[in-house]
Amino acid sequence: MAATNGPAFEQPASFAFDADSEAEITKIVARYPVGKQASAVIPALYIVQKQMKRDTGSAWVPLKGMDAVGARLGMPPIRVYEVATFYFMFNMKPIGKYHLQVCTTTPCWLRGSDAVTEACQHATGIRNFGDTSADGLFTMTEVECLGACVNAPILQVDDDFYEDMDTEKVNALLAALRRGERPAPGSMTGRQTSAPDGGATTLNTLQFAPEG
Amino acid sequence: MAKVTIDGIVVEVASGSTILQAAEQAGIEIPRFCYHERLSIAGNCRMCLVEVEKTPPKPIASCGYPVADGMVVHTDSPMVRKGRRGVMEFLLINHPLDCPICDQGGECDLQDQAMGFGADHSRYDENKRAVPDKNLGPLVKTSMNRCIHCTRCIRFITEVAGVPDLGATARGEHMEVGTYVEKALGSELSGNIIDLCPVGALTSKPYAFVARPWELAKVDSIDVLDAIGTNIRIDARGTEVLRILPRINEDVNEEWLGDKSRFAMDGLKRRRLDRPWVRENGKLRAATWDQAFAAIAAKLKTLQGDRIGAIAGDLCDAESVLALKDLLANLGSTNVDCRQDGARLDATRRDFYCFNTSIAGIEEADAILIVGSNPRKEAPVLNARIRKAWLASGMPIGLIGSETDLTYAVTHLGASPSALTDLHTGAHDFAKILANAKKPMIIVGQGALARPDGSAILAAAWRLAAHVGALSADWHGFNVLHTAAGRVGALDLGFVPGPNGKSVDAMLDGGVDLLWLLGADGFDPARIASGTFVVYQGHHGDAGAQRADVILPGAAYTEKSGTYVNTEGRAQRAFKAVYPPGEAREDWTILRAFSAIVGKTLPYDTIEALRTRMEQIHPAFGRVGFLPRFGCSDHSGPAGDPAVLSDAPLVSTVANYYVTDPISRSSPTMAACIAAQDQTALAAE
Repeated sequence: MAATNGPAFEQPASFAFDADSEAEITKIVARYPVGKQASAVIPALYIVQKQMKRDTGSAWVPLKGMDAVGARLGMPPIRVYEVATFYFMFNMKPIGKYHLQVCTTTPCWLRGSDAVTEACQHATGIRNFGDTSADGLFTMTEVECLGACVNAPILQVDDDFYEDMDTEKVNALLAALRRGERPAPGSMTGRQTSAPDGGATTLNTLQFAPEG
Repeated sequence: MAKVTIDGIVVEVASGSTILQAAEQAGIEIPRFCYHERLSIAGNCRMCLVEVEKTPPKPIASCGYPVADGMVVHTDSPMVRKGRRGVMEFLLINHPLDCPICDQGGECDLQDQAMGFGADHSRYDENKRAVPDKNLGPLVKTSMNRCIHCTRCIRFITEVAGVPDLGATARGEHMEVGTYVEKALGSELSGNIIDLCPVGALTSKPYAFVARPWELAKVDSIDVLDAIGTNIRIDARGTEVLRILPRINEDVNEEWLGDKSRFAMDGLKRRRLDRPWVRENGKLRAATWDQAFAAIAAKLKTLQGDRIGAIAGDLCDAESVLALKDLLANLGSTNVDCRQDGARLDATRRDFYCFNTSIAGIEEADAILIVGSNPRKEAPVLNARIRKAWLASGMPIGLIGSETDLTYAVTHLGASPSALTDLHTGAHDFAKILANAKKPMIIVGQGALARPDGSAILAAAWRLAAHVGALSADWHGFNVLHTAAGRVGALDLGFVPGPNGKSVDAMLDGGVDLLWLLGADGFDPARIASGTFVVYQGHHGDAGAQRADVILPGAAYTEKSGTYVNTEGRAQRAFKAVYPPGEAREDWTILRAFSAIVGKTLPYDTIEALRTRMEQIHPAFGRVGFLPRFGCSDHSGPAGDPAVLSDAPLVSTVANYYVTDPISRSSPTMAACIAAQDQTALAAE
């Protein structure tokens, strides 16, 4: 098969949308005019990927899944393959239970994304981006800007942003994930969303008139 | 209209044209890779950069930039040249320097344009990217390192062929053109992507490493493997036909060619009859021409005229058909027939058996009804034209026959011919569509005619055409789609039973004692009555030759100059590209020589004299290449009672596109296509 290098893996023999996926896809298709269902191809592929996560624990898009999307949206299969392979958010081969996505774009890199990467490699035994750890728990990929530069560097685990990372925080996060816990996403330094590190620096003298 | 100045030349072009089209009108050629006038505009190769005054100072891709009134364009300014040089340098970064071992070498757009815009050396030190080759089946060979991602092949397969198998997967550096999941291309027109590919990424698999373009003698000819009369160019070296390519003819094939017509020519080298044979004591013995002629003459001496008959096959040129007809007439026989498949064609009026709307006329139609035909298999190039018209107008298309993917949306009206009656009485919704259409077309296939109730179906289709207004003074919407290249020419020449003449069935059932088969292989030879003396004149040792008592080796279509009338009724001339093998001769000369042996000499010594006689018989032979279009004012229909339709379902006569005639049956490439087709079918299960 084209466009996939690396070790061989098995494609499932069949794929069918389950009830949850079908409900979701119906909702999405309804957003588009009749005859333009093909517009729903990207969300539909996400639905496939999520269903694979539910069914197998690995969020990826198998060939039969793309065929199912094509059949559902009335597109030739090759048109779905084109879209699915174009966006690297769709995993074209099985991945680990947790998808570690390290942002290495300039702001994150300046704020220490190299350390985050190294910490991930050290903790999981993964050597290169795109690889899966031997225990099948983690897959690490390099991603472009996640749009959370204020809280750089970012480590995205599946759909969750873990911000303000450094080596210790990565180790703690991965240890928690190994224990089956899911720490609350957001800034790891405890700051409120993107508020300044170390507390508010403005509006801190604001006084309200006493009620009464 | 917009007035545009291109390099100082003022041209007036339709508004909405692109700069590239305007430049073409001005006679200026702009280099391009991705742009192709018959495909949608992609604009991704950037080779067609031009400079336009009073726009932001940057080069503009002319293929996708619409003209405006008063626009001033420069196609050869320093900025343009520098821009194109830069584009070329980028294209060559990942293009391998393997022209010496590339089949495209010598006819490669990239090679040619690199001469104009390429640098003398490369500044690129890094590793070139490597792309795995794809397996696209037995016809198209890939060498994907050479691909420059123009996407012409993808657009052709998606838009023209209508079988979207190809796509561009992944992106950027990793982008690859292919099928993603390995499979053979499912289109009957797939060979055209070889012509479209501007580099050597897609080349012909059977032709791989066979020849260089400058070694080949190029001869214009006409394809005979379907009835469209596709204009082809035969590339030959010495005695071998090495390659067949389409020629442009806007009225017939545009610039496309079906895979069978392109690739079956390796069948011309196999199972050939290269010397006469005579059957003695039940076994065929190699003979000389004199012995073969003597054997036939001896048999003829004992026979009355009406005990002699002739059947013309599907690949016959009009010249040999007429010579055979004249020979039989001289012998006192009118037992001649060209409808070897038993098609109930009515030869009394020309528009009863022609594709009257014409192929180009399909684009004017606003509704089509297809009866008993699968144009995708019977005439893929014509099918592409229907698809083109359908894409442009979205016209409704009805189909009576087996349900199948024709590459456009059809309303299936059942497989029974009784649907014709329903349409006539208005019992079916599609009747309204036909009646409301201004230019409806009815296409009757051979599958509807080569059956016992064929003449009834023909009459019913004509009656429906007259009923829905398909026959008017300026529109003739009644069409017969043939599958045999020689059929219309033979019908024009009256190669049908004369008064008291015997038809194919009567001749096969022992109605004649001497049966002359001119390349007729379309029926089971076991049907020929056992006492019949069979003369087979043809080029392949196929079904007919095995039953023959005397075999006369003839010439295939590449080996003789001949006239073929396509399904529209357009006479076209094919020229001789190579000599027939061994002792084989051009067919009309065989008949002329034999006529002298039996003392019934035909009155023509040259092919020109023969063609003059053809022209006297039918004026169509005088208008080579030209097709006048007529309306229809006489609505009286062909013989046949439209009421006596049977209920047997209509099926196409072409069961498998890749094997329809002696040439394709002998072709290893066509056999490989069938194997690939079976594999695809197996994988789909």
